[in-house]
Amino acid sequence: MKAADIVKEFDGVDFPQLEHSLQQPRTLISAGLSIATGIVTVVACIPLFSVLIMLIWRGGKKLSLELFTALPPTAFEQGGGFGNAIVGTIVIVAIAAAIAIPLGVLTAVFLAQVGPNSRTAAIARFCAKTLTGLPSILAGVFAYAAVVAATGGYSAPAGGVALALLMLPTVILTSEEAMKMVPKRMKEAAIGMGCTPTQVAWKIVLPTALPGILTGVMLAVARAAGETAPLLFTALFSNYWIFEYGQSQVMEPTASLAVFIYNFSGMPFENQIEMAWAASLILVLMVLGTNITGQLISSRTRRIR
Amino acid sequence: MPAATTTVSESTNPTTLSVPPSRWEIAVDRGFRLSTRLFAWVTVALVFLIVYEVAGNAMPAIRRYGFSFLTSTTWDLQKDQFGILPEIWGTLYSSLLALTIGGFFGISIAIFLTQDFLPPTIEWIFKNIVELLAAIPSVVYGLWGIFVVIPLLRPLATWLHDHLGWFPLFGTSLSGPGMLPAAIVLSIMILPTVSAISRDALSSVPEKIKEAAFGLGATRWEAIFGVILPSASAGIFGALVLGFGRALGETMALAMLVGNSNQISISLFSPGNTLAALLANHFPEAGRGEEPVLMYAALILLTITLLVNITGAFILKDATQRFQGHAK
Repeated sequence: MKAADIVKEFDGVDFPQLEHSLQQPRTLISAGLSIATGIVTVVACIPLFSVLIMLIWRGGKKLSLELFTALPPTAFEQGGGFGNAIVGTIVIVAIAAAIAIPLGVLTAVFLAQVGPNSRTAAIARFCAKTLTGLPSILAGVFAYAAVVAATGGYSAPAGGVALALLMLPTVILTSEEAMKMVPKRMKEAAIGMGCTPTQVAWKIVLPTALPGILTGVMLAVARAAGETAPLLFTALFSNYWIFEYGQSQVMEPTASLAVFIYNFSGMPFENQIEMAWAASLILVLMVLGTNITGQLISSRTRRIR
Repeated sequence: MPAATTTVSESTNPTTLSVPPSRWEIAVDRGFRLSTRLFAWVTVALVFLIVYEVAGNAMPAIRRYGFSFLTSTTWDLQKDQFGILPEIWGTLYSSLLALTIGGFFGISIAIFLTQDFLPPTIEWIFKNIVELLAAIPSVVYGLWGIFVVIPLLRPLATWLHDHLGWFPLFGTSLSGPGMLPAAIVLSIMILPTVSAISRDALSSVPEKIKEAAFGLGATRWEAIFGVILPSASAGIFGALVLGFGRALGETMALAMLVGNSNQISISLFSPGNTLAALLANHFPEAGRGEEPVLMYAALILLTITLLVNITGAFILKDATQRFQGHAK
């Protein structure tokens, strides 16, 4: 049958339902729903902008150099800063990263490279996914039981252990994904050259997957830096510098930005509340900065591929 | 051929050509592979260690209070009586409220961002904005909730209570912190989880199924409701379960917004408490007597969240496997 015949055959038939006309209820409903979901999506973005605007408005006007160099103010004191909390946050997150990154990346090497289909891998993967859903406060409870109770005091390492537990699943799962993306041919070429699996992992897989691993690490660090709940009773808080008079007080209670915000937001003094906003601004800038850098690394490398 | 290769390897410098691994290299290889396996087991051990530590420290309280801990409503340090029924209620109620709001928004966004409504660039921007919602620390959301959400809600809440106060949901007036502001902030925090996982589920619906629906003359939304959502339903359900799990464990926003009041109420505006907020508020200054009790509460929270999250993970695993079957 020729095309022209087909057209002739359907000549007299009307296809009202196939017309895209806005007068039909079903197309109207469809258009209406499209607009509605569009509005819902835009509404969902409002909180982010509202938070950012509030931070810039209430935190921005308080911004000064004093914030970074001074210690937290006492009840009726004006001014003050949270320099010790910034240093504390960096120290605690660095301890957490030092624990979580090697452990996470080497676990991921096993999951992606050494025994991807082994029973161990299946169990470890499942446990990593389970840890993803671990409430942050329970990481704190665990670190309290395992570190604070054992060493006899609140300290920066106790906070670091709690945060490491929260970073670990992100590092494992993103690193595994990144290593799986390494082209199989590269590995096969290396094996063909006579490399041992260890050499393949160190010289081919890890360098090639590095941007992806870095992204995961950045996301994990960003998340950990903002965590508050686990620090409430592991690192606690301190009104003093962690490094002072040439000696470190790492094994003492340590200040962090997140706990600073929590403590100061509940105070009845205007100055303290303004400080909480300013600290939030700094914390969000740190967290978003790390997060966006991580995303950029991954999107750039994906484009190259 | 064999003859040719031997001559090549004999005539050139052996270091530039591939040589079989030496004994040392094989030993290093074995050691490295073994150590990565060990690290994998450390991850597994951590999960058990968490359960062991929390359960071990809770033991004295479990022996002392037993099952009545879950059904009692008093929290009295002086009388040595502890019960977490209000906290269990508050945890479930706030999470369900958050899931209702966050689920609706999350799924709508997932549909909007996967069904080619927007040019890819704008889609990418929206996707990242929604993901950035997850990057804002929970304590900052708490601060924002206290100074933005509560003042915004108060006039509406007062109006609802004055005019519809007979309706149990609006039974009390909003005096500041309460269930609704906490649930709203909570829903913002679970939104990225729900939308990201639902988006994965929706975008893995095979293209052919959609094309078939359009070929039958379906409008865009007829295709979405009739074909795409049902095929992605398992994945979306998994997203909701995981979002629920996240809401159960969220701490700071609730500790700052829920009001920390030891009561059970269905009203949206009454203050309440959750397990996580209880831990955040009591743990820093807990004495020796209160510590095992709080560990017991932590154990309950751990059990609930682990069960919910494992269920969610299994649903998602099932869902993706089903799609892999479809695609082939």
